[in-house]
Amino acid sequence: MISFSEIETTAKRATRSVGFSWGISEEVGKNIRLLEMFGLPGVKNINQYFKVYNAENFEDISVFSKSNISKKNYCPIMLGVNFFDQSSDISDFNQLEIENLAFPLLLIPFVSRTSEIVGKRIFLKMDNKEFLFNFNQSIYSNYLSGDIIKKSDKISLQFLENKNSFSEQEWSELYKISENTFVEESEELKQKTAGAGLIDND
Amino acid sequence: MNIPLRDPKYLMKLPKLGSFHQSKLSFLRSFLSEFKDWQYRRDLFELNDKGYGRAIYSFSKKNKTYSLVCFANEISDEERSDRVIATKWDASFALYDGIPSKEDLERLAFNVPKQEAGRLSYKELTLSRANKSVRIFDHVVENLSQGKQPDTDLLSKVGYLYRTTAVYGSGKFGLADRFRIKNRKEIYGPFRLEMMLVYLVRQFTFDQVNHLAKHKNPNTSVELDLNICRNLGIGNSTGLGMAPFIVNHPILLNNWILARETVLKRIREIEKTSKEEVNIFKKCLVRSLKNVTNWHTESDFQNRKNKQLTEDLEKFIKFLNEDFSFETAFPFNRIYIWAEENLSDECIEYIVSIMMEPYDEIVNPLIDKMSSEEDEHFNIPVNRTIEELRNILEKRYSEILKIDFSKDENNQNFWFISRNKEEPRLASRHDMEGSNLEQPLAIARDIKKLYEAIYTQKNSLKIGKFLTNNNHLRHVVRRAFITEKFPYAEIQDNTIGSQLMPIDMLRLKLSFFGADKFDPRSDKWIRICMFQGAPLPADPEPFDNHWIYNSLN
Repeated sequence: MISFSEIETTAKRATRSVGFSWGISEEVGKNIRLLEMFGLPGVKNINQYFKVYNAENFEDISVFSKSNISKKNYCPIMLGVNFFDQSSDISDFNQLEIENLAFPLLLIPFVSRTSEIVGKRIFLKMDNKEFLFNFNQSIYSNYLSGDIIKKSDKISLQFLENKNSFSEQEWSELYKISENTFVEESEELKQKTAGAGLIDND
Repeated sequence: MNIPLRDPKYLMKLPKLGSFHQSKLSFLRSFLSEFKDWQYRRDLFELNDKGYGRAIYSFSKKNKTYSLVCFANEISDEERSDRVIATKWDASFALYDGIPSKEDLERLAFNVPKQEAGRLSYKELTLSRANKSVRIFDHVVENLSQGKQPDTDLLSKVGYLYRTTAVYGSGKFGLADRFRIKNRKEIYGPFRLEMMLVYLVRQFTFDQVNHLAKHKNPNTSVELDLNICRNLGIGNSTGLGMAPFIVNHPILLNNWILARETVLKRIREIEKTSKEEVNIFKKCLVRSLKNVTNWHTESDFQNRKNKQLTEDLEKFIKFLNEDFSFETAFPFNRIYIWAEENLSDECIEYIVSIMMEPYDEIVNPLIDKMSSEEDEHFNIPVNRTIEELRNILEKRYSEILKIDFSKDENNQNFWFISRNKEEPRLASRHDMEGSNLEQPLAIARDIKKLYEAIYTQKNSLKIGKFLTNNNHLRHVVRRAFITEKFPYAEIQDNTIGSQLMPIDMLRLKLSFFGADKFDPRSDKWIRICMFQGAPLPADPEPFDNHWIYNSLN
């Protein structure tokens, strides 16, 4: 079995060898490791992408808008790097669409890391595949295949507001149950166990 | 009294870092301290009459076991090479996580002797190989077989029976990734499993010579005297493979140096020393002189340093005896200031190491802080500004910004990875091909490029926006923000200049391992000795914590 450390190093070197800078190669090395650790086919996808990378002309993106459309397929690495670098501006959009992205799985770790940086969950829909990014701690998805995905026609991203997944009533019910670990304070306990007096007028 | 930490701009120069010595913080010493109450066993020893076969040694505690699996192989003298291009070795080793099954042993027997060409699994933690010091090995076997102990003068010139030529860990060749084991308390210190491997290999070398002598002459042979064993270490021969490590792991480097500097600061801040502390310091100092006078090397570079070290130590001892009293307030601070004013770097750092000997209570809490989580600081803070980045560069890299990289001598070399062995190499940019595939190890040059690139940028520009058109500098932007938080993360020197001595980089790392008797074979290649003077695994506790100064050789 190939170790994650070997995956990271090899992906970094391969990225450099097709022409990306060392700094971007470091990002991709970490990303492929992350994909594989999350059980997604990072090595397969980057390998296939690099086979076509120099033959095809991929589109770069430097400034994001709410809707990003290109006739040529976007490069997932440069799009991912710029997405990460501009994450605070992009998160202000709340929602974002990208059309025609090559090898879209390679964008996944950039989005996962962005979720941690901006402190928000991100929901991503890639054609019919759904991903929920939880602060780079986990990825919840309906996609379990280990296939290569060569292109996504449409990707939509949504930065989710930090809010509870439960109602106030559900919380107060649970809190009430937790109170059963507390000791009811008698007058004597009030007087003797807190340290300070009941009245603190100086 | 508040003593500041030593300034990274002064300390992180390569000649200074290349003068570091082993200390109580060193990994082989902290490994021994941690594992001293683990149960040691020789579980298997199946060598034939020529000494070839397999053996297993283990350390166990409660339900945890680490097993060293050894394979001794037959090779011809012509096949024996310490260089990484070698494909055969006298012995090869893997540290197994637990107790290996028969199937594991067969798998390891197929893969471990092949080293880089084999494949390991997540069940194996470290991998290594070693070659005999033939002259010493044969001499020892011959004498033992005749019922005599070997010539200790001859042994002292080498110091070991075998030397390892590489020790791999952390996911290399399929070994366990660090994340699988990093939460085990017994291996919190860096390189602890590598140290365990080397320590158990040392025991294997003694068992092998005893076994061979017995088979050579069962009637007259004797076993190697245990005191001679204790005074033999295990050698290591290493080249440039180690050098990029300290550049590629800036936070780890910081944590090693910061621990050392924190210990020094706290010792200098001690107002009054006890008699016992003074005695330990003086005893270690005197006993260490034997280590220095028995430090054999053919390297002019190292011999000059050793000569200076010997002269400086004499000067220092004279100062201690004639002009100094430990009754003065803050005695170690006075010693340090005197050393700075009167001694060479080699001796200053030597004394710094010995100062640590009496102070377990200062040293020990810092040992667990010498690991690092590099990934936690990987993300570039893209919302910071150019003004902040410029401030970091001017504050943390001011020495580097003075270097003129338009001069050929400052841009002399480039680092690359060789295709045939995937190992780092250093070559002259002006004479050799391949600089288009240069590795990102010229940090000083690239930091200077970054400084020039941001010179004309708006102060308020966000780093994320700057990177849109400057991704070629991304790797050093990342480093600058790391160095902001970790002041000892960066070598404050030029790693591609004509004056570079790559062995300074090796020596820095090896000193933290706990190596001594540095013996440079060239400016890119060094032999060292580890565990010389250390207790044997079967020795009863407690052992002398200052064993490193016990060497009789």
